[in-house]
Amino acid sequence: MKILTGNDLSSGDVIWWAGDGWSRQVGDSADVGDRGDDLARAEEAALRVVGAYVIDATITDDGVRPAHIKDRIRALGPTVRPDLTLKPNDADAGNWVI
Amino acid sequence: MVEFLSFRDGEATQEPAVTVESFTGQSNATAVRIEPGEDARELLPHLTRLSLIEVNFPAYGDGRGYSAARILREAGYTGELRAVGDVLVDQIVAMRRCGFDSFHPAKALDDAAVDRALNRYDDVYQKAIDGRSPVWAKRHPEKIDG
Amino acid sequence: MYRYDSYDQSIVDARVEEFRDQTQRRLSGALTEDQFKPLRLMNGLYLQLHAYMLRVAIPYGTLSGKQMRKLGEIAAKYDRGYGHFTTRQNLQYNWIKLADAPDILAELATVEMHAIQTSGNCIRNISSDQYAGVSADEIADPRPWAELLRQWSSFHPEFTYLPRKFKICVIASDDDRAAMRLHDIGLKLVSKDGVIGAEVYAGGGMGRTPMVAPLIRDFVPEEEIISYLEACLRVYNRYGRRDNKYKARIKILVHEIGVEEYKRQVEEEYAHMRTLGLNPPVEELDRIRAFFAPPAYETDLSDAIDRADPAFALWVDRQVVAHKAPGYAIVNISLKPLDGIPGDASAEQIARIADLAERYSLDELRVTHVQNLVLPHVKKADLPAIWQALEEIGLAEANLDLITDIIACPGLDYCALANARSIPLAQKIAQRFAEAERQAELGELKVKISGCINACGHHHAGHIGILGVDRRGVENFQLSLGGSGAEDASLGQITGPGFSEDGVVDAIEKVTDLYLAERESGERFLDTYRRIGMKPFKEAIYG
Repeated sequence: MKILTGNDLSSGDVIWWAGDGWSRQVGDSADVGDRGDDLARAEEAALRVVGAYVIDATITDDGVRPAHIKDRIRALGPTVRPDLTLKPNDADAGNWVI
Repeated sequence: MVEFLSFRDGEATQEPAVTVESFTGQSNATAVRIEPGEDARELLPHLTRLSLIEVNFPAYGDGRGYSAARILREAGYTGELRAVGDVLVDQIVAMRRCGFDSFHPAKALDDAAVDRALNRYDDVYQKAIDGRSPVWAKRHPEKIDG
Repeated sequence: MYRYDSYDQSIVDARVEEFRDQTQRRLSGALTEDQFKPLRLMNGLYLQLHAYMLRVAIPYGTLSGKQMRKLGEIAAKYDRGYGHFTTRQNLQYNWIKLADAPDILAELATVEMHAIQTSGNCIRNISSDQYAGVSADEIADPRPWAELLRQWSSFHPEFTYLPRKFKICVIASDDDRAAMRLHDIGLKLVSKDGVIGAEVYAGGGMGRTPMVAPLIRDFVPEEEIISYLEACLRVYNRYGRRDNKYKARIKILVHEIGVEEYKRQVEEEYAHMRTLGLNPPVEELDRIRAFFAPPAYETDLSDAIDRADPAFALWVDRQVVAHKAPGYAIVNISLKPLDGIPGDASAEQIARIADLAERYSLDELRVTHVQNLVLPHVKKADLPAIWQALEEIGLAEANLDLITDIIACPGLDYCALANARSIPLAQKIAQRFAEAERQAELGELKVKISGCINACGHHHAGHIGILGVDRRGVENFQLSLGGSGAEDASLGQITGPGFSEDGVVDAIEKVTDLYLAERESGERFLDTYRRIGMKPFKEAIYG
C-alpha cells in the first residue's frame, strides 16, 4: 500500500494521513493509492503538514509497517530512548524497526 | 505590493539591459545585465559610460551577485545597481549593504515586510558599501577619522 | 569571558524579532516551506525525523554557568528534558515546536546566546580549542580572535549565500585539540618577530570527499585578518561550484584549481581588500582580549591530591589535565557514560554542571568537539568534591580519549539525512570494551561514528572510524583505520566490505587484539597502524 506521512507544521510531530485527517499513529494510515501527491500538496497548502511524502508500506499482523527503516523509526521514536517513543512500556518495540 | 523598489533620487533607468557579451563587444549600450557566472570585473573599464547594471539572481540561494555588486561599487561605480530575479524580502538588507540601490523582484514584495526588514537592525558588524558605520567604529570613534 | 555590549545585545535582540516575524509569516502561510527553509536554517532550525531541531551556538565552546543553566531550563521547558552537545561545540534540542522557536531564541538572548548561522550556506559557529586560555602550550588565547570572527561573520552581507556551509576554527597550540585542519579555514596563531599573527589553512573538511587543509599563508598579522579572510571568502563565493551540492565546499575548489592557483587568486583579492579599510582597529581586538584576560588565580595553593580512593585516583589520572596556573587543574567531564548517548545531557545534569562551574571553575565551562565538557579553572583541592558531584549525576566516567570515549552523530535515531543508527553501535562498542583495565591497556584510541556520508561524527578522523550506510534498506557499517583530527591530521582508509552492527564490533575487537600483539613500546594504536600498515589488520578482520 501507499501511505502519506509528514510533520505537523506547528508542532513538528510525525503524522500519518488517516483518510479524513492526520494521526500520530502509523497504524491509522490509510491507503492513498495514487492520490498521495495531490493530497500532500493540498494539505501543505492548508498549513496542516510540512515535508509530506508518499511511502510504501505493508499490512502485517502488527498493523501498518512502512517499508523503510527510516519511516519505521519515525513511526516509533528514537530507539535509544524507549521512554520517548510512542510505546514507552513495550520493551520489544525497538525490534519492530529493524 | 512592491513591484519595484529604488533608493535612488530621480527616475529609474528605463533602457533595457544587454548581456555582458554584447556589451563588451563594442555595443553603445549604457545598461548591462550580469548573470551569476559572469565576471563583474570585465565591466570595470567601462563603468563611466554605464548608467544601469542589473545583477540577475535566477535563484535566491546563488550568492555570487553579492560579490559582483561589491566589486562594482569598490571600483567606484556610482550608477544604478539593480537586483533582479528571485529577490526576497529577507535579502534586501544584505543587498543594500553590498551596494544595490534598486530592486526588481520577479515576485512583488509585501510593503509592510519590506519596511520592517529595512528598519530592523540599528547596527552592523562589518564595513561594507552602504556607508553604515560598523559597531567596531562606533566603539572606537577616536580611531576612525570622519 | 566575552560579554555583550549594547550593540551586540541589540543585534541579537533584533534577530529574535526578525525570526519571530519570519515564523509568523510561515505559520500564516505567507511564506512557503521552500521560502522559509533557508531562513529557519540560518537560525539553526531543522526539520528532523521526529520534530523540529534547534541548534544553539556555543561560540568557540565557551559558556558561563548562567548560560549553561539557561540551556538546561530550555531543555526542561520547551524540549523533552535533554540536549545534545555536538562535534561543532554546539547544543541541539531534538523536540522543538516551530511556534516556540522565537520564544526560545528570546530566552537565549537574555543570556547573550543565539542560534545565528548554526546552519545554512554561511559562515558557521567559530570553533576553538577547549583548553584555550588555560593550557601552558598556547602562544596566545585564540578566543579573542574567534570572537572577532564571530562578529565579522554574523550577517555578513556578501557571504550569506555561499556555495555551501563554511566552518572556521582558531587554535593557538602545536597540539591540535580542535581538528583545525579539517575545517574550511583553519587559523593557527603563531608569533613572528614578537608579533602575533595566523597561519592560514584552507580547504579542509570531512563529508564525502575528506581533505586535510593545506597551508595557504604562513603569516597574516592580526590587524589584517579580516581583509585576508574577506579575500578567501570572496574567491570561494565567486568560484566555488554551485552545480552540485556535493562538490560545493571550498575543499573541492582548492583541489580542482590547485592550492597555488587558489593562493594566487586570494593574494590578488587580498591586495585589493587591504585598500578598503575593512579591518577593525587593533583597539577592537584589544577590547575583546580584555574580556579573556586570565582570571585572578589564587596563589600559594597546594598541588597535592589525596589519591587514597582508587576510583577517584583513576578518574583524576584520566580526566584531569595540567593547568598553566599552579594549584589549578583542567577537569574533563565525560558525556560518554557506557550505557548513555554520546553528547547527551539531561536538564538536571546541565543544571548541576552549571552549579559546578559557578562554584568550582570561576564560572566557566567549555564544550569539546569530542562531545565532552570541561571545567577549565579548578583548584586541585576541589577535585574530590567535583568527582563526587559527578558521580551523583552519573557523569564520573573515566574514559577521556579511550576506546569508549566515542564520537557519534545522532544517526538514524534522530536525523533525516542518516542511513544508519550511530548511537546503538556506540553503546555496543562501549559495552564490549567496558572493563576499565582493558580500556586502559588499549590506551588512546579515538573511535568516531557517522550515520551517513556527511560525516558529522568525524569518522574520517577516527583512529577507528565507522560509517553507516544503507544496504538495500538494512543498516550496514564500513570500518576505516588510521584517521586523525589532531596535529598529525590524516584520513582513515576503509578496511574492506562492510559489516552488520554486531559484525563491526567483532571487527574492532580483532583490530585491537592485533594492535596489542604488534605494538612496540610506547606506541598508540594509531602509531602501530602507521608503522605496520593496513594489510595485517585486513587479514585479521577478513582472513
